[in-house]
Amino acid sequence: MATSTPEIVFAGTDGGALTEIADYEAVGGFQALARVRAMAPDDVIAELKASNLRGRGGAFFPTGLKWSFVPKPDKLDKPHYLVINADESEPGTFKDREIMLRVPFRFLEGALIAAHAIESTHVFIYIRGEYEAEYEVLVASLEQMRAKDILGDVAITVHRGAGAYICGEETALLESLEGKRGQPRTKPPFPAVAGAYASPTAVNNVESITTATSVMELGGAEYATLGTESSTGTRVFSLSGNIVNGGNYELPHGYPLRDLINVQGGGIADGRALKAVIPGGSSTVILTADEANRVTLDFDSLVGAGTAIGSAAVIVIDDRCCMVQLAVRVSQFYQHESCGKCTPCRVGTKWLTTILRKIEDGHGTQADMDLLVSVAERINGKCLCPLGDSDAIAVMSYFDKFRDEFQAHVDEGGCPYHGSSSLDALLAPVAMHIHASPHGEAIDGLVSV
Amino acid sequence: MSTLYDEIQVMRAEYPESRSAVMPALQLAQERNGGWLSEQAFRDVAEALDLTPATCLSIASFYDMFRLEPVGERVIEVCTNISCGLRGAQQVVEAFERELGQSAGETTDEFTLRTVECLGGCGWATIVAIDNRHRLNVQAGDVPRIVAELRGIEWEEPDGDLDA
Repeated sequence: MATSTPEIVFAGTDGGALTEIADYEAVGGFQALARVRAMAPDDVIAELKASNLRGRGGAFFPTGLKWSFVPKPDKLDKPHYLVINADESEPGTFKDREIMLRVPFRFLEGALIAAHAIESTHVFIYIRGEYEAEYEVLVASLEQMRAKDILGDVAITVHRGAGAYICGEETALLESLEGKRGQPRTKPPFPAVAGAYASPTAVNNVESITTATSVMELGGAEYATLGTESSTGTRVFSLSGNIVNGGNYELPHGYPLRDLINVQGGGIADGRALKAVIPGGSSTVILTADEANRVTLDFDSLVGAGTAIGSAAVIVIDDRCCMVQLAVRVSQFYQHESCGKCTPCRVGTKWLTTILRKIEDGHGTQADMDLLVSVAERINGKCLCPLGDSDAIAVMSYFDKFRDEFQAHVDEGGCPYHGSSSLDALLAPVAMHIHASPHGEAIDGLVSV
Repeated sequence: MSTLYDEIQVMRAEYPESRSAVMPALQLAQERNGGWLSEQAFRDVAEALDLTPATCLSIASFYDMFRLEPVGERVIEVCTNISCGLRGAQQVVEAFERELGQSAGETTDEFTLRTVECLGGCGWATIVAIDNRHRLNVQAGDVPRIVAELRGIEWEEPDGDLDA
């Protein structure tokens, strides 16, 4: 990792991995846990609140506050659960896998700290099914911890997903954990009160939990000196797309996006020019090159630019990319991953894709441009979870900021890139299913493929 | 060796409610059945968990990694989400189609070739999962070597195999 900035999550790794328990203990591992276990749960939560650690999964909700919402056992006499969201699936995001591969014990120590804070003796780690090597590292790490009796009275169950983006949404994840189709629940009740098995549950992201270990090592106030006032600490940024050195970079919040691309990432690949940046995973509003050069990587700066830090997944796009094709591919993803529960999302994502495809293929009219906006407006805010919104918001941001390109498709009756765009003819899984179906074409708007 | 039924009982005990074991049970049944879930596999899982086969099917059909039809001996999955797409994923897909002589979405006895959504390795594009093991930084030019390797023809291990 090409960085001279402070490492919190990856501290002590020296660019490698701490997968032997003795190596982790040699850099101070499990000392925070020993201290935490001697503390009252409320004091642990107070320390987290002092750190102002906010959720690294995408919603940026304060971790200590979330834990404080879990009722005390004497108030609600049910088992308490900690569920860790390791279902990392937001396109562009690949930080949690590297955390699990390189600092599994810091992550698992954080799980035990969080379990103590919410007075839970059963932790579930919901890891996406595609992360097989990561699953094996966790299982092997837990074996080492059991051999040294570090788990105490806490059971940790590693539960594997089976390929569904929606299970990253916390209530869909809980449904899936309970052995059901991963479809979001209505809220309230919120998981803190009625989560897994209708019992009080905290659901936290892998990086949040891992960072909690560091917060308890450093102390909340000390941790809060890193980063910016409203976005404390470091963040593991996943850098991908048309960049020389893609990968994960742990940097303090407030780091300039421009420097992430040019200094850490080595600049735009193949000598091309920067066209746009998706700053926080595919659900977030795109930034033009000019906007990208002005923002810093923290909550306030990105909200100020009309977007979000999301899962800190920075996708760099160069001048070879057709924005209509980008919109098609992003929309195909959300269409494929819609769970089908809410009609505006199930049908709307399909319609967004269909209209965008029509524009890209050169059959779009001015009326289709209006229809696109209308469909997006009819998805936004009308579903149980933000999956459909993500499609509408992302696609509309490309439409708003690169309107000329959309217009050129309509005016010229085809893609102005004439087959030279980097995303040209890209075969999405949702299109592959139709392509491979022996029953021919699906019916627009009716069949969710 | 213990039976599928017995192993599922062990999984059941991990959870407050036994239904939670349905996904791990289906994963195990799929592994034991050559990589896909047959009608018999659903009956076996249902019996072990006191569910109906239809309930088990309703769960399996929701998730991309459960296969309801036979798969080839090796399963090749190419990520074509945006980060991989920007770095030439489509060229990788087409190289596999050429080398294997089959389209994405098709299965032969030897190979299943599919495109898949984001595999979570965006900074190391293009990601290709072979039997769920991720190859990183795959370019179209690497594909002939990978296919030769899968067919058992002597080649050096390709670089950039995170999971090796």
